[in-house]
Amino acid sequence: MSLLEIKDLRAGISGTEILKGINLKIGAGEIHAIMGRNGSGKTTTANIIMGHPDFDVEAGDVLLEGESLLELESWERARKGVFLSFQYPQAVPGLQVGNFLRKSVASIRGEEEAKGSAFRERLTEAMEALDIPRTFMSRYVNDGFSGGEKKRFEILQLMLLRPRLAVLDETDSGLDIDGIKTVAEGVNAAIRGTDSGALIITHYSRILEHVQPDMVHVLLDGKIVSSGGPELATKLEEKGYEWLKQE
Amino acid sequence: MEENSDARGAVGEYKAGWHDPEKSTIRFDFGLSEEVVREISNLKDEPRWMTEIRVKAFKHFSKRKMPTWGNMSMLEEIDFDKICYYLRSSESTKKDWDDVPEDIRNTFERLGIPEAEQKWLSGVTAQYESEAVYHSIREDLESQGVIFLDMDSGLREYPDLVKKWFCSVVPYSDNKFSALNTAVWSGGSFIYVPEGVHVEMPVQAYFRINAKNMGQFERTLIIADKGSSIHYVEGCTAPTYSTDSLHSAIVELIALPGSHIRYSTIQNWSSNVYNLVTKRGIAHEKAKIEWVDGNIGSKLTMKYPAVILKGEGSHAEVISVAYSGAGQHQDAGAKIHHLASNTTSKILSKSISKNGGRGSYRGMVTVSPKADNCKLNVVCDALILDEGSRSDTYPTMEVANSTARCEHEASVSKVSDEQLFYLMSRGHSEEESLAMIVNGFFEPFTRELPMEYAVELNQLMALEMEGSIG
Repeated sequence: MSLLEIKDLRAGISGTEILKGINLKIGAGEIHAIMGRNGSGKTTTANIIMGHPDFDVEAGDVLLEGESLLELESWERARKGVFLSFQYPQAVPGLQVGNFLRKSVASIRGEEEAKGSAFRERLTEAMEALDIPRTFMSRYVNDGFSGGEKKRFEILQLMLLRPRLAVLDETDSGLDIDGIKTVAEGVNAAIRGTDSGALIITHYSRILEHVQPDMVHVLLDGKIVSSGGPELATKLEEKGYEWLKQE
Repeated sequence: MEENSDARGAVGEYKAGWHDPEKSTIRFDFGLSEEVVREISNLKDEPRWMTEIRVKAFKHFSKRKMPTWGNMSMLEEIDFDKICYYLRSSESTKKDWDDVPEDIRNTFERLGIPEAEQKWLSGVTAQYESEAVYHSIREDLESQGVIFLDMDSGLREYPDLVKKWFCSVVPYSDNKFSALNTAVWSGGSFIYVPEGVHVEMPVQAYFRINAKNMGQFERTLIIADKGSSIHYVEGCTAPTYSTDSLHSAIVELIALPGSHIRYSTIQNWSSNVYNLVTKRGIAHEKAKIEWVDGNIGSKLTMKYPAVILKGEGSHAEVISVAYSGAGQHQDAGAKIHHLASNTTSKILSKSISKNGGRGSYRGMVTVSPKADNCKLNVVCDALILDEGSRSDTYPTMEVANSTARCEHEASVSKVSDEQLFYLMSRGHSEEESLAMIVNGFFEPFTRELPMEYAVELNQLMALEMEGSIG
């Protein structure tokens, strides 16, 4: 059984169809990448996996370990082990980072893991890995964060929540080389060597050099038009997307 | 104890809405007259000057018009003839919880007061209907000369001190409800902190209305002598009845040179209580007065904690939050008068309206011509949780001195679907997510509260958010 299976998924927003029949399987321990230009349906895919209420699924299914996610609220999906690293993380003024992380860990990983020294140690370790200073904990969630801080905070949550399936929606965009490396290390730490999986959505092949995906899929106008190994990402980087249209 | 289930169902999750069977030792008939006023004074065996001021205040009340701001149609619904102006349920104020009548003691235990006292308070007064039923202060403070009494005992034991300051900050003629309070006041706290004494842990007063159609008119007077400091905390609840009660208090603060008074309120009256309160302080040279004012309950609240910055270099802060749910109108704000030079003030007002509730910020800041180099900062933020709820801002600034530095910011925001989705994607239900956003919005307020209160307020707001998602 696949960790994630997307079956003939057709979906859109306010009556406009964006995904026109997508099929995708990610096995336990695998990292896949979806590449594609703006408007190809990448973010829609991410939002539908997480359960954004604005998107409508017209046909098909999304299964996590054989169980359909579509009827579940996004918070129920999160508790089943789905995680989304947002392209535009939302600010919540007044909600302290430390407090929020503890509550999120409690609701997803259970109360035990959110308690005392076990939580603190894990937190300190993840923060050091991501080069996040201690003062971060008393700031408000994404409030006044720089672009890079927002992305690192998403990865910090990924490392603490240790999901079954991590979806990263353009987490690398807007980051410099060091930032991309840090994000990649975070993903590797959270997924590699576990039976979890990840779906990395990106414009660029740079992050993939550091993550080494098992599969790369190209999304074009709501359909996966090509799938292959990491070499596909390199080819896209060199030749762009035009050649795929001609094939 | 009985649960008033019908009325509770109508207002939702109000945790303190139960009531005890009413057992009064003295209860006045409904309605108000000079005779009633004299009788209250007589019953309390008060000095003549107090009786006279009560009668004068009553006469003023009788002819004084209702306020012309706030919510006039709600104010007109108050029937002064259907209110009980005095009700005594216990013979005297006790110093030991064990001596408080059992049903009343149970009430306060249910509200967690004796427990809080043991853990983190310097002193407690508990008022039930018209009179304080329990009162205590830590011995070390008493030996330092700190006076912390219910107001009636204060008048009995320190008549000169009371006479000197009573009505000195809020004259009875200030408004219709200050006249009413002065005429029929009963209970409240009297505090005097001697020169240089710092009361480290807060003292708390807890006000409970239990009877139907009750009027509670407590009167609080706090005098902080030179260089002293005190933090006073008050909380209030009432049962949920289908008929209205009236709470109309006066609080007078006198901060003598270099002293610091912080006055924190968590008002959680049930939604059948009119809460019409006059709170004002005078800050002398280099003194500091802070009002931390949380309005969660009541039907209509009209309350504008005020500070008169009389002495040079004095400072005022008013931090308030208001939550208005179905059928509620919170008309709250602040008033600050800069009368002296180098005085500074800060107002932070946060309001949330939900389920058709209405929140208004009404504020006034003035700078007199003689007051040089004053600094004023006013920030009002409103968060509206659904269509049909309302938020208004009525700020007034009258600055008659060109050296003043004034800052004013106002914002109105709504909870976005993207914010909710973000929090829900981290495993939090829609209600939990909304509570996180709301508590975050209130955070600049809650961080000013003692931790125990902050936790309680957050829980209260989480309850208010329950069942709010359509």
